[in-house]
Amino acid sequence: VRHVVIGIGNEYRRDDGVGIAVAGRLHGRVPPDVDVVECEQEPSRLIDAWAGAATAFVVDAAGAGAEPGRLHRFEASEQPIPARVFRSSTHAFGVGDAIELARALGKLPRHVVVYGIEGAEFAAGEGLTAPVEAAVETVAQAILDDLERIREEP
Amino acid sequence: VADRRTINTEYLARVEGEGAMTVRLENGRVEHVELRIFEPPRFFEALLRGRSFTEAPDITARICGICPVAYQTSAVNALEDLCGVDVPEPIRLLRRLLYCGEWIESHALHIYMLHAPDFLGYAGAVELARDAPQAVERGLALKKTGNEVMTLVGGREIHPINVRVGGFYRAPTRRELRALVDPLERAREAALETVRWTSGFDFPERQVECELVALHHPDDYAIERGRVRSDRGLDISPREYEEHFEEEHVERSTALHSRLRERGTYLCGPLARFSLNYDQLSPLAREAAAEAGLEAPCRDPFRSIVVRSVELVYACDEALRVIDAYEEPDEPSVRVDPVAGTGFGVSEAPRGLLYHRYRIDADGTILEAKIVPPTSQNQQAIEDDLHDVVSRHTHLDDDALRGLCEQTIRNYDPCISCATHFLTLEVERA
Repeated sequence: VRHVVIGIGNEYRRDDGVGIAVAGRLHGRVPPDVDVVECEQEPSRLIDAWAGAATAFVVDAAGAGAEPGRLHRFEASEQPIPARVFRSSTHAFGVGDAIELARALGKLPRHVVVYGIEGAEFAAGEGLTAPVEAAVETVAQAILDDLERIREEP
Repeated sequence: VADRRTINTEYLARVEGEGAMTVRLENGRVEHVELRIFEPPRFFEALLRGRSFTEAPDITARICGICPVAYQTSAVNALEDLCGVDVPEPIRLLRRLLYCGEWIESHALHIYMLHAPDFLGYAGAVELARDAPQAVERGLALKKTGNEVMTLVGGREIHPINVRVGGFYRAPTRRELRALVDPLERAREAALETVRWTSGFDFPERQVECELVALHHPDDYAIERGRVRSDRGLDISPREYEEHFEEEHVERSTALHSRLRERGTYLCGPLARFSLNYDQLSPLAREAAAEAGLEAPCRDPFRSIVVRSVELVYACDEALRVIDAYEEPDEPSVRVDPVAGTGFGVSEAPRGLLYHRYRIDADGTILEAKIVPPTSQNQQAIEDDLHDVVSRHTHLDDDALRGLCEQTIRNYDPCISCATHFLTLEVERA
């Protein structure tokens, strides 16, 4: 049984890169049956990235109008994620679209957990804003806790 | 008393990234069309200044998650041109193969995930997948094969890390490339099926009149090299580009519109390539075009989906030809010593002509960089087309008109993921 953590985003779009930052923070800290993958834009690639995995964690920037750094967590296994929350529309084909496309084609892992981190700045540029940077470790730790729980499930 | 109506939608979905469009109608006449989809890559031009010329392919690859190879190729072309280096044939072929992978991936994405739903009456690929899962699976399989080519040759599927000025960090062996033959043969079949599928859609009759601009090379269907040509007699080297093309600042926006000096609007991309270089497509691709009822020149933006499908056949066919002809180079790259001066590079990104210019000093430090992406070049042509489409359909209600505008924009596959974010679509009627 394999699990995968996929960070999605663009490091040259300020807070849009938070998914990539979380993935970077998890390298070397996950058990051997967990893959950590960076997906820089174009979420239809998610469908290949989670192929064969029992659980997929997807980490993306969110733009729901909440406070920067605020964490959103959705279980997508049973129902669509609220697409408007995600920066998915910054991508050609959003994270929500990729999940629904996979669901329609029977290519969705058993567990799909989507973490969204509310961003403040999405203009061209490097570096996360302070509240988003502060959330990176929180999300990484939350995923490690999730993984521990999921891997103990029968 | 004017009856004013304003309609807003949040996003123009299924365009690469996001953008915004405003159409203003007064008494049934189109007064103003404005597309705010593309922000020129000034951040990257600034980021490049002060960096080593060897970093240009890696940095520019980050401009777009869909077409990194195009940015890398135009960058290395410009810098090798400046430094007087002509890469050996096996390296050029590897670049062409890598580029074919990008065309396959990008065209499959646009045809299946973004554009086909318009013709079949679906809101998007998800809805299409519920009714026609086999078609969408075919699109995903094509995309995957394109990714495999990019991963094997480029080192990574997006932002390929294996490309450098002078060649590659590591050249694949013949044996490694052989592993791509089976998937590419299957992809070629899927591409032929794609042509049959898209050519059966219903197409409104539509012709655009502007000048068509594409690269041309005497030896093959131009992708990774060539001179800049048009259907009205333009035939220039990349270094002459800025003598013939100019960028105009657009009032009230950060956008730049490209125009041919004293000639006006032009269009680059699949329609232009197909129209100018049809004779150089492979026999199989030409046959597929003929069966689809496509003739060169093709000036119908709706039929660009069929042209992309034909190019998909060509890209698979050409990738297989290159793999067959490939001889491992003695060295994966040639040495490139910096030369002070200015270099010019072009290539055919999936969406059209991509121009780069770099000025570097004798140490190889980049002093100035200029990048003109295809979507920036096509912006005026898209706006002109929108203006015309709206003028002919002012009788439609706002929802129908908005749908038609969105499809008109998607016909051009504008890449805005590398550009601005939120897209709002406004139709104002006064």
